[in-house]
Amino acid sequence: MEPRPSNYRHLVRMAGLFVIGITVFLLLRSVFVPKNFGLYGHYNPGALQANMDRPMKYAGQAACVVCHDEQASARAKGRHANVACESCHGALASHAQSDDPAKSKPQRPDPRKTCIICHTASISKPKAFPQVDPAEHAPAGPCTACHVQPHNPKIA
Amino acid sequence: MNQDRRTFLGQTGTFLLLTASAALAWEHVLAGTPDSAPNYNTKDHWWGMAIDIEKCIGCGTCVRACKTENDVPLGDQEHAYFRTWVERYIVDPADLDHPRVESPNGGYAGYHELEVKNPDLKMFFVPKLCNHCAHSPCVQVCPVGATFESPDGVVLVDKSYCLGCRYCVQACPYGCRFIDPRVETVDKCSLCYHRITKGLTTACCETCPTGARKLADLKDPKDPIHAFLRDHKVQVLKPQMATGAKMYYNGLDGSVR
Repeated sequence: MEPRPSNYRHLVRMAGLFVIGITVFLLLRSVFVPKNFGLYGHYNPGALQANMDRPMKYAGQAACVVCHDEQASARAKGRHANVACESCHGALASHAQSDDPAKSKPQRPDPRKTCIICHTASISKPKAFPQVDPAEHAPAGPCTACHVQPHNPKIA
Repeated sequence: MNQDRRTFLGQTGTFLLLTASAALAWEHVLAGTPDSAPNYNTKDHWWGMAIDIEKCIGCGTCVRACKTENDVPLGDQEHAYFRTWVERYIVDPADLDHPRVESPNGGYAGYHELEVKNPDLKMFFVPKLCNHCAHSPCVQVCPVGATFESPDGVVLVDKSYCLGCRYCVQACPYGCRFIDPRVETVDKCSLCYHRITKGLTTACCETCPTGARKLADLKDPKDPIHAFLRDHKVQVLKPQMATGAKMYYNGLDGSVR
């Protein structure tokens, strides 16, 4: 069937609209979709780097031992050998990374509260774990009165 | 012009489709390689964790360390935000289907002794965190690609891309996600991606005093995880969900949900 010439015009206009629409879509897409999106999967691979770049608060065992070898070797002989420094002393990346660590000295852990966090007796705890009732076991004094060296708590 | 409407539309359509796909292809050609951390190749690692329930004393050190390391909001009793938390199970040994589970403030302050000491009940602590599933339900439902499984097996969030639609929060079968109230985007355990890519362990594993949780690189043949998996009877949480969870629990009781 031969179409009448006047039918062409609206088709051209429609095609023009399509082209404009798709161009606008592609332009917006190139602006808003992050670079490399979809390289490894349906996500922005730059987010991997963003997750890597976050600051640390805990310095990690190896950083402490660099300077505090005396405490580290005392600890290695006792039952606290596998307890990391920052378990009791808290997050110390700011101390470890500072130019003058002596100026940003951490607070000394409380010689009783720190111990009973772990060692308070409870029937929910594994039986083999050393635990005491703080109300009966030296209720007055700090734990370090007898367990003089907390890094190796065995009473000599 | 000797062209009918059908041919014209067909040709225009084909032309537009081809142009669009060519443009998309060119985008990938231009992309090149992404910046990567020095000495860290994502292809050499496959991260998971070994968790030993028989060693967990419920001290909550991991919960506190995680909040500090990852700047997790402290919250309160009604608004709880945790990337990792510790649960206490109190189970009648003959009724595994109805455990009593408690987790006051996620175990942040540790656990206190129970009022009633019933030696007939079974009790133990279960540390929980994102299972970094290899087939994560949360990743599958994200409409924009703001959460994803990294090539080294860590489920991460692109905070700058997240809409805060909460689909993933509902999809996670382990309840490991929350909406950060400060930015209204989702947050979850990143397995301390900023630490493990620098050769350190996670904050929770670093501070755990009993070694109840140990970060594991399943692609490293020297990692103690292989001995752990061989020597213990391990289980993952909700294996029936087929999520490919990579948190391997030793001593996981049948009552644990």
